[in-house]
Amino acid sequence: MPAPEKTPGWLERRLPVMSVLRREYIAFPMPRNLNALWSFGAFLMVTMAIMIASGLFLAINYTPDITQAFASVEAIDRQIPSGWFLRSLHMGGVTMLFACLYIHIARSLWYGSYKAPRELLWLTGLGLMLMVMVTAFAGYVLPWGQMSYWGATVVLNAAHTIPLIGKPVSELLLGGETLGNTALHRLFVLHFTMAFAIVAVIALHVTALHVVKPNNPSGIDPVSPKQTLPFHPYYTSRDGFALCLFLMVYAGLVFFLPDLLTLADNYVQANPLVTPRDIRPEWYFAPFYAILRAVPSRLGGLLLAVGSLAVLFALPSLDRSPTRSATRRPLVRLSLPVAFLSFILLGVAGMHPPTETWLIVSRLAMAWWFIHFLVVMPLVSEREITS
Amino acid sequence: MNRLIRDLILVASLPPLLATLPACASTPAQRGLMVFQQVCAACHGMDHVDYGDMAAFGLSPDAIRSWAADQQIPNGTDDNGDPKTRPATPADPILSPYPNEAVGRLANHGLLPPDLSRLAMTLPGGAEQIRRILLSYAPTPAGVKLDDGRYYNTALKWKHIGMPPPLQDGMLTYPDGTKATTQQMATDVSAFLNDVAHPHAAERRRIGLYALAYLALMALLTFVLQRRIWKSRPQ
Repeated sequence: MPAPEKTPGWLERRLPVMSVLRREYIAFPMPRNLNALWSFGAFLMVTMAIMIASGLFLAINYTPDITQAFASVEAIDRQIPSGWFLRSLHMGGVTMLFACLYIHIARSLWYGSYKAPRELLWLTGLGLMLMVMVTAFAGYVLPWGQMSYWGATVVLNAAHTIPLIGKPVSELLLGGETLGNTALHRLFVLHFTMAFAIVAVIALHVTALHVVKPNNPSGIDPVSPKQTLPFHPYYTSRDGFALCLFLMVYAGLVFFLPDLLTLADNYVQANPLVTPRDIRPEWYFAPFYAILRAVPSRLGGLLLAVGSLAVLFALPSLDRSPTRSATRRPLVRLSLPVAFLSFILLGVAGMHPPTETWLIVSRLAMAWWFIHFLVVMPLVSEREITS
Repeated sequence: MNRLIRDLILVASLPPLLATLPACASTPAQRGLMVFQQVCAACHGMDHVDYGDMAAFGLSPDAIRSWAADQQIPNGTDDNGDPKTRPATPADPILSPYPNEAVGRLANHGLLPPDLSRLAMTLPGGAEQIRRILLSYAPTPAGVKLDDGRYYNTALKWKHIGMPPPLQDGMLTYPDGTKATTQQMATDVSAFLNDVAHPHAAERRRIGLYALAYLALMALLTFVLQRRIWKSRPQ
């Protein structure tokens, strides 16, 4: 006769993994009304796993030395069996990761997922975004192409403008005034280490989610168990379907549009003596690059680029309204989409040469980004009438 | 019914039949490889491409081995410190014929013939621009004075290039009987360089179709699954 279920087993008495998994991933109560935007967290997890898996195999074949890095990446693309696939998967993964990250954050902004009691969920998420950005920056230097070198030089020059500490600290960290062998070695180690640090912070982020429970499109937390559904099978099946669609887009990029993921200039080996005609960042850094260029002062540009992210960190204290969803806040419903549009416009501007028109577009878009978060949000949350 | 089955078998046997065709009729890229071997390779290399990689263009292992064996590549120095060379193997890169940059420049009026590994990708205009350059040589118009080692070419912004016109009608014979006109060779070699700059492109598309088909099927199944699960949810 089998033992009654209530008696905990050998493993359960020592490490209750099974019951925790059952509680958090099977019976976990989810709001009934989540829309497709709530699948992007799952997409991010899967993409991150693919990045680490493909990255490990790329690292096995990569040589972090300025005389051999470029050739080792060429060998991955040409001679290593399935190397082209691993590399495309990794490069496509960056695009998918950032696209999902930005959509995931936009969803939180729209439905007010940063508000009490989810402030730490929001902050760990933004922390993850910064970590992904640092990792992506370091990773982009590794192939040691022209854009790797000159893109990193732009960032380095921006960092040098920080008064007093900018130059000495960046020289100390990168082992020289310009990018060289030491810098490449260190950026490789940074890229590799950050990947695993990100996994740890994802664990924090998900733990925080399981403590405060997911937000939902109405912005009103379910109060009775009747308003919820267990995670499995309802959201596992829905995420499963969404993941298939997501992977189809990912596969489309990797197999059919690989040139979209990369700038041709990066297939020319880095040459510190030849500056490319126009230095363009990858699309996911373009909004910040546009801000950097839109400000006549270098330090000012750096401060505003950093500030554009800092306002997100400050958002839980800038927006004091208890109403979460923008759909119930008439003014936010107008202002926030314009802020989203500004971000997109900054991205487009960042990928074009800095002509007069694009500079004006960047400045206007940047202005609205800051006005939305620093002026509209605090004022509206004090005097709005919510529906 | 029998007839239908017979026709189906006939149709199913067509793809393998077609697959054997390229052995006698070559693709533009395969002809382009010949142009590279006999013309371009006199001045250009493809540092990141191995002789063995040319199997992608239908070159047999024996042909690869004998082509490589005809090329000398650097092999350290002898006891006197003089550079030594050895015959290349299929695992060696297709290096520039010049032993170093200085010799390359010396032989070409101070200009270095560019490496062709990724040229069709990094050159603005890509493979089409390579073709255009090869076909845009013209006699220098009266009144235009060009430096030594400069050739009039209308495909370029400055209307001149350091590469002497490399192609002439009938300078090589294609084994498949295609007439080796300048036009034909330019088209072929730019197709070849395009494939070299985008390694494994055909394999990539082929696997991509399987991947997409598989994911589409999975999407369909998971869609039906989640519909059925959500239909039976407690109200």
